[in-house]
Amino acid sequence: MLRYVLKRLASLVLSLAVASLIIFTLIEVAPGDPASFMLGINAQPETLAALRAELGLDVPKVQRYLNWVGGMLTGDFGTSYTYRTPVSEMVADRIAVSLPLALYALALSILIAFPAGIFAASRRGQAGDLGVMGATQLGVALPNFWFAMMLVLVFAIHLRWFPAGGFAGWDKGLIAGLTSLTLPAIALALPQAAILTRVMRSALLDVLGEDYMRTARAKGLSARQTLWRHGLRNAMIPVLTIIGLQFSFLFAGTIIIEQVFYLPGLGRLIFQSISARDLIVVESVVMLVVFAVILINFFVDLAYAAVDPRLRSRA
Amino acid sequence: MSRTLVIGALLSAVLIGLALLSLIWTPHDHTSLNIPNKLQPPGAAHLLGTDQLGRDILSMTMVGARTSLGVALLALAIGLSVGVPLGLAAAMHKGSWLDEAIMRGNDIVFAFPLLVMAILITAVFGPSATNAIIAFGIFNIPVFARVTRGGALPLWEREFILAARVAGKTRAHISVEHILPNVLNLLIVQGTIQFALGIQVEAALSFVGLGVQPPTPSLGRMLADAQTLVTLAPHLAIVPGLAIIGIVMGLNLLGDGLRDALDPRLQRART
Repeated sequence: MLRYVLKRLASLVLSLAVASLIIFTLIEVAPGDPASFMLGINAQPETLAALRAELGLDVPKVQRYLNWVGGMLTGDFGTSYTYRTPVSEMVADRIAVSLPLALYALALSILIAFPAGIFAASRRGQAGDLGVMGATQLGVALPNFWFAMMLVLVFAIHLRWFPAGGFAGWDKGLIAGLTSLTLPAIALALPQAAILTRVMRSALLDVLGEDYMRTARAKGLSARQTLWRHGLRNAMIPVLTIIGLQFSFLFAGTIIIEQVFYLPGLGRLIFQSISARDLIVVESVVMLVVFAVILINFFVDLAYAAVDPRLRSRA
Repeated sequence: MSRTLVIGALLSAVLIGLALLSLIWTPHDHTSLNIPNKLQPPGAAHLLGTDQLGRDILSMTMVGARTSLGVALLALAIGLSVGVPLGLAAAMHKGSWLDEAIMRGNDIVFAFPLLVMAILITAVFGPSATNAIIAFGIFNIPVFARVTRGGALPLWEREFILAARVAGKTRAHISVEHILPNVLNLLIVQGTIQFALGIQVEAALSFVGLGVQPPTPSLGRMLADAQTLVTLAPHLAIVPGLAIIGIVMGLNLLGDGLRDALDPRLQRART
């Protein structure tokens, strides 16, 4: 197991290094000098040079890359060009919206997909199964931001059950915070729940055909008991992988959903920074999201190996 | 033929057909403004109503769908033309540094969430349909490299490939002549799925202003315009949204159906 963890860890570090290089290079080739953008076209050369020095733009590229990566490792994400505040502070505020939203959506996706998948698998080929599978086809095709607009139309504007947008803030209490995240979370979760339902169903069907399931039935367990005691646990391996992938997908997906609901999360921060050409913020936030995704995949791999010992020896 | 395949093929054919029809005919000119006639609900003169500038929504949706399909198709072409040769090369030299480098490179591209990659590219090079195509095209490369490699690896163990090698054909020659035709089924199925995904990606990117730019209509751009008006005229959002769902569902069903039809070993009930 230790060898497996070390191998995964090495590939994690390598992926992060390459990803940071790609992001840094892309931002480097971006046209426009942030200092002259901030000061406008009439800036004095001396002022420009002073600002460039202040922003750390006057050192060689390699040094700047190392400064950036070194800073990120110690929690220093640089200073925003436009707001003149540390990026880490801006990110901390925004993550308090984006991360709970992604987790909320993941919880909803699991809560919908597990019962639906088990229901469909236990009624394979019958009307209930066909109904669930038809619904998942629709769910997979649903663009989440469009679904979000429809949810606003029905539940915020006509029924007035939820706010149409904005974020109440966690200081107003857990309920107020969760209420403003409910419609965005449903919009994010439903298409993912459709995918997870299909995975859950096919994983269960794979397991149901196994010899040990027949043995369990022969031993005298009922169909229901076999499903709950032996089927579900063995079906969890593919399901866990997809849940891990969905979390990184949902985290990145918040970027678009935040635009529909005017939520002050990481997504809005990225878009505001793009239009202000505040590239240090774009650079650091993008790196942060990529880091989160790579880290989640790493943990999924480990969870995988912990659940299925066969994978450890193979690696 | 399975029901899935028939429904998928019909749905895709009708909707893609409507989009292509816009090349020669639309009910109204999709660019003609008619402000007094704005935000009309669906009716006899305008089957699906008009938008905030009085333009015919049905015509806009037909032209918009054509743009969206074009974006998805070009991104698909990038993925296929780079990914398939990479996958063939990796399988040809399994376990070599080339194989290793290609697969690790794939891992890195996969680590970038598609949306984040698109945002990064458009942040640097500016938002445009071309950059959206490039972003999704790059994302498609590892998808097809993986599918090709996965399909090609077991083929290299088969007798007919051995026979070709004994006959003196080079590995590259065999890859093109014998391996490629045998992974074509896999590529068609995956291509259908990536095509559907491309429609969704175009919609998402254009919705946040990173994709197709005005005045070109696309399904995503129509939704972006509709966002502020959705309470006044819900049909502005409903029509392009349903068009996206219809095309994506049609292509997904078509992909599922083709997979079952092309590979009889797969049990249909499982998917």
